[in-house]
Amino acid sequence: MKTFVDKVLEQAEFQPARLLEILRAVQAEFRHIPESAIALIAAGLQIPRTQIIAVAEFYSFLHLTPQGRYDLLISDSITDRMLGNQQVLDALAARLQVEVGGVRGDGLVSLNRTSCTGMCDQGPAGLVNGYPLPRLIPAKIAAVAELIEKQVPLADWPAEMFQVDEPIYRADLLLKQPFSNGEALQTAFARGLAETLAEVDLSHLRGRGGAGFKTALKWRTCSQQTATPRYVICNADEGEPGTFKDRMLLDLYADQVFEGMTVCAAIIGSSHGLVYLRAEYLFLRDKLLAVLQARREQGLLGKAILGREGFDFDIEIRMGAGAYICGEASAQIESLEGKPGIPRTKPPNSVVCGYQRKPTVVDNVETFFAATHIAIQGGQWFADIGTPQSTGTKLLSISGDCRRPGIYEYPFGTTVRQILQDCGADEVMGVQVGGPSGTFISNRELDRVVAFEDLSTAGSFMVFNRTRNLFAIAQNFIDFFAHESCGFCTPCRVGTALLRNQLAKIADGHGAAEDLEQLSALCEVVKNNSHCGLGESAANPILTTLLSYPELYLQQLKAKEFAPGFDLDATLAAARRLAQRDDAAAHLNQVEN
Amino acid sequence: MSNKIKIATTSLAGCFGCHMSFLDIDERITALAEVVEFDRSPLTDIEHCGPCDIGLIEGGVCNSENVHVLREFRKNCKVLVAVGACAINGGLPALRNFVSVEACLLEAYRDGIGVDNPQIPNDPELPLLLDKVHPIHEIVKVDYFMPGCPPSADVFWTFLSALIEGREPSLPYELVHYD
Repeated sequence: MKTFVDKVLEQAEFQPARLLEILRAVQAEFRHIPESAIALIAAGLQIPRTQIIAVAEFYSFLHLTPQGRYDLLISDSITDRMLGNQQVLDALAARLQVEVGGVRGDGLVSLNRTSCTGMCDQGPAGLVNGYPLPRLIPAKIAAVAELIEKQVPLADWPAEMFQVDEPIYRADLLLKQPFSNGEALQTAFARGLAETLAEVDLSHLRGRGGAGFKTALKWRTCSQQTATPRYVICNADEGEPGTFKDRMLLDLYADQVFEGMTVCAAIIGSSHGLVYLRAEYLFLRDKLLAVLQARREQGLLGKAILGREGFDFDIEIRMGAGAYICGEASAQIESLEGKPGIPRTKPPNSVVCGYQRKPTVVDNVETFFAATHIAIQGGQWFADIGTPQSTGTKLLSISGDCRRPGIYEYPFGTTVRQILQDCGADEVMGVQVGGPSGTFISNRELDRVVAFEDLSTAGSFMVFNRTRNLFAIAQNFIDFFAHESCGFCTPCRVGTALLRNQLAKIADGHGAAEDLEQLSALCEVVKNNSHCGLGESAANPILTTLLSYPELYLQQLKAKEFAPGFDLDATLAAARRLAQRDDAAAHLNQVEN
Repeated sequence: MSNKIKIATTSLAGCFGCHMSFLDIDERITALAEVVEFDRSPLTDIEHCGPCDIGLIEGGVCNSENVHVLREFRKNCKVLVAVGACAINGGLPALRNFVSVEACLLEAYRDGIGVDNPQIPNDPELPLLLDKVHPIHEIVKVDYFMPGCPPSADVFWTFLSALIEGREPSLPYELVHYD
């Protein structure tokens, strides 16, 4: 144990900021974070052991009790559910003799659900020891079970089991654009860095992670800070269920993403870049490290980039450990500093006081990708496409009830109707644009457009046909938020659980008119009083489905003023059995006669 | 018949602490008595609640009798108020929700240290335990929630004064912060 932990600590250069990486290594080796490792890490990093426990408890992929040597996680995103993830769980549980949520007695295998794994276009999907298992069809499930029973090391599993496809059905401005390594940097240096920032400004590029903050303003503000060093962070914690466009970009266009980071570094004066890669994308890590190494060899990273004395910049990849909230910039910075991902109080914003309390630009993968091409082609080229408030194009990850789930690049301002036609969606009941934190629209609103000013999305676009149950969708999303709430503030921690219970009461048919009013009031409390964007948007699945299909909610309500949300008589069953009673007084009516 | 406002009170799965706190309004109770009269309440010994203006419920719902009493109050009271932490959230009695009701009963009546003549009580007169302790708003509609463990005498006074005078009750921050 000590030898192993010492080696891991040494690899992490004894930096407390790299605690997540250290714990991930310990978890991978021992299938959990043993108490003895906690003591060694605390001593080695000179941090309190409580910080280590807090981190281990915060992240879904870290455990204080042993998981199986083969740890199976099945994606519980709504689209994976629609593709039959329950059958996958049932089949694996039966074949491997393990309970869902449990570890088998011999410690060989554990099985559980997990939040969206970013493979909604090839679900039902899952992970084994962090590596992707897309398209879990019955034959593949049988094969997985057999490999595990035979204890075949993961490295010897057939490579095609882990094969993640990148289906691009529509390429537009950016995906079609040819690119050679170093092109954006050379153009930027030739034009001048201030002039290049002016081009980014002219392009009106806005952050692709969802918030839509103007990129040039962020870069300029950061460059104007006096504090140094400054940092560039690429947010690749693509956790919004239904989103997988960053997966594709990092898989196929990594050079262009890294070059965008490097251009940003040149403009803001940074020498240190970080990519925060979500744990579910572990399979991309080695590939990305190879791309980085190649770029170093090409003189595009490292010392004196492209021969420019004084411009040193390098990028490191840091892995997440299964926490949706770490997609929020300040939570991500906390996570990068080796802490639980709890969003910071703002101001100050991260651009002023970010990573290690220094000026930091945090941008989405797609933002850096777009910036690369803007640096080459100029701002007007980009601004000519889209709408005045939402220039350029947007990558959509389309999943759900359509014939061609995958990646689509559209100019902003494209109607939902057009998109549905292109992806082959019929008999549509509704579309979730922007993931659970976004907007649900009914089939009466298909002329609305994808744009910051109408339907804003970080890329998630989930289609539901008429056979789908509106409540199953909303409940899946609310359960997601209740699970992913970081627990810091009460309106979100308690509020999301109350939303889940109250929505379940109505969905289960126990609801009355009073309950719908309560639900709406509760939505407002959670939305208006939460600490960060997670809580502010956690009620959206209810608010937007209520807006688009009020009749479905009303149909679900009982005529009575009020009824309990559970079977009252059944709650006496245990006491009845123990007292061996079945008289009239040993029963309760659901509502008063 | 008097024109006084009728109030009924009861304690379900509670400790009567909220009732004690209510009595802490001290001499103000004489002013209160000028305008209200008590129906069913530990203060009056009236067994069943008649039509009332205000019902104050202390404690959560842990057994079948609690359900019946709560329903009687709901039926008869124009305004029903959840008083204190247990009525609002289940409170201390709800700590047993982490243990099965079976384990609770077996520990108390059969397996626990010092249990004499072990047997699970089964007299039909005794109410049966629900498998979980519930806050009252999960069983009936509740109009107001009076927070605190217990709510202070000033909370009772402020809240009831408003209701009696026909105003919408509102509790200033000083009365509902507990740090």
